[in-house]
Amino acid sequence: MIGIISYLVFFTTVASILGIAVLGLNLQWGNTGLFNGGVVASFGAGAYGTLMLGGPAQDGHLGGFGLFYPLALLGGMLAAGVLAWIVGKLTLRLRHDYLAIATFGVAVAFENVMRNATSITGGAQGIRGFERPLRDVLGDGFTYNAVFLAGVLVVLLLVYVFLERLTVSPFGRLLRAIREDETAARSLGKSPDRIRLISFVTGSVIIGLAGGLYGTFYAFVSPQDVLPILTFQIWAMLIVGGAGNTRGALAGAFLIWGAWTFSGWALSRFAPVEAQLYTGSIQFVLIGMVIVGMLLWRPQGLFPERLIVSQPGRNREKTQVEGFT
Amino acid sequence: MIQHLVDGILVGSFLSLGAIGLTMVMHILRFANFSHAELLSIGAYCALVFDKLFESVLPVLSTKFGPLSITGALAVSILISMAVTGFTAVLIDRLIFRRVRQKGGELSMVFASFGMALVIRNIIGLVFGLSSELYSRDIAFAMVLSRDPLLLVKPDQVFVLFAALIIMFGLYLVLSRTTFGFSLRAIAENPSLAQVHGVNLRRMVAAVWIIGGALGAIAGVFYGLSYQITPVMGRDLVLPIFAATIVGGIGSVYGAVLGGFIVGVASNLAPVVLPSGYSPSVPFLMILAVLLVRPNGLFGEARA
Repeated sequence: MIGIISYLVFFTTVASILGIAVLGLNLQWGNTGLFNGGVVASFGAGAYGTLMLGGPAQDGHLGGFGLFYPLALLGGMLAAGVLAWIVGKLTLRLRHDYLAIATFGVAVAFENVMRNATSITGGAQGIRGFERPLRDVLGDGFTYNAVFLAGVLVVLLLVYVFLERLTVSPFGRLLRAIREDETAARSLGKSPDRIRLISFVTGSVIIGLAGGLYGTFYAFVSPQDVLPILTFQIWAMLIVGGAGNTRGALAGAFLIWGAWTFSGWALSRFAPVEAQLYTGSIQFVLIGMVIVGMLLWRPQGLFPERLIVSQPGRNREKTQVEGFT
Repeated sequence: MIQHLVDGILVGSFLSLGAIGLTMVMHILRFANFSHAELLSIGAYCALVFDKLFESVLPVLSTKFGPLSITGALAVSILISMAVTGFTAVLIDRLIFRRVRQKGGELSMVFASFGMALVIRNIIGLVFGLSSELYSRDIAFAMVLSRDPLLLVKPDQVFVLFAALIIMFGLYLVLSRTTFGFSLRAIAENPSLAQVHGVNLRRMVAAVWIIGGALGAIAGVFYGLSYQITPVMGRDLVLPIFAATIVGGIGSVYGAVLGGFIVGVASNLAPVVLPSGYSPSVPFLMILAVLLVRPNGLFGEARA
């Protein structure tokens, strides 16, 4: 029994952390219509930043500043934000597929640098030996994980409330205005490029926060944690949940993470031994099919965005259809 | 140094072929197709299957052409692979991309192309296994072009370069001298106006996919001849090919050719200044540099 509960705690922790990342992506894609092909770069910047700033002194690579944990986490978020700012500054004013290509490139380059810059990031070995906060009080066992989960849920709630408030605020309306009709927004004296940059950086900082929590939870991060598949998983969560809908995005995070862990378990349990090597490939095909299938048959997601339109009537339906652009 | 330069030009030949198809698709269908590099994998594996088939059925074909490791069987297989890959590209468009296009915006297409890349790549891995394959197991000896500075070139690489140049010249003639080429460019410029003038949009879209798939198949086989055929070759090629299109300017076929060579040379020269582990990052650095200096690439035009 305790085994099941502690597994559930573990599962919920990871799913909630990924849920935070999905919320960050939802701000970029769902609310502003920005395509981020390098979710994993922000996530990784948060994780690496947090562990390098907050970890103990290390031989052989940079880091180990042993900062107070909240400061280290903020540092990780800052790293993700700076990275996003550089990419956004260069690409947001161009054709939108440039952003897709550039962010995808950032993710590839990020993983490449983390793997090779051994003197800074520990290379393929990753960063080990991170002392999780409050470990001397709570120990390493179930209590710690339960308290950590509570902490993650509090952060998730804070991010959720922040984004819900943001989307109904004038700024949120501005984001949707730019997403739906950039020229119209510009004619009202708004500056789409600047607003998009703010949204992109804010979303990336939230994804970086998720990365920082992820690194803290495992007390370890390596290039294996920043592979492109994580980007696809987080997208699948958002697309399945429904872009633009905060609660849908969270539901998507739990659904997809549940399906992913279940398929991994089922394949390792029931697939013949010869097929075990291909478990990863089968899971990748499944996640690709989920993305493509949702776009074909239910592009608005399981829980579509509910738009608050000031002028009810015929326009409502039209806006609803165009919600996913 | 000169060796790196020569290697870079040879690598550039298949990057260019891949980039031509990608830039045409991006120009006419207006989306960044992240599954384009998977067409190279499909082409390479398709040629491999037919190559093995012909070698066992018609042993006559398995003699090699001079110093090349290319056999008659492989030459025929390349042609078949071009056709198969071209039609696969059309099929993927009909089944997936066209339906997504009708439902959502351009960025839904980008999402869908990512998903398709994941599906195709891993299905290839499931069918053919995760280990790498070669067209010929014999060791291809490099020719020594000069001893000081030492310059080695494999005969296959020279063949690949010249074949790529001939194909590009042929494409140039088609695009600049035929009605078909004019229709294609008209569709890219202004789809509605071109349709008013009697250009069949659906047929043109299919033609673009066939050209993209066929050129991708050649590029994939040439990549396989230069290195090896693996299920993840699409993953490794997608960024260099995108870099080539951006350097050349999205939509410009000539830009894609030049961009391919520039990216190839730059990636091969990079180890001179950077540790070799960083070469996968080079295409990204080039994209950033181009966006900073000349956002529309060498030959591209601004388009919203």
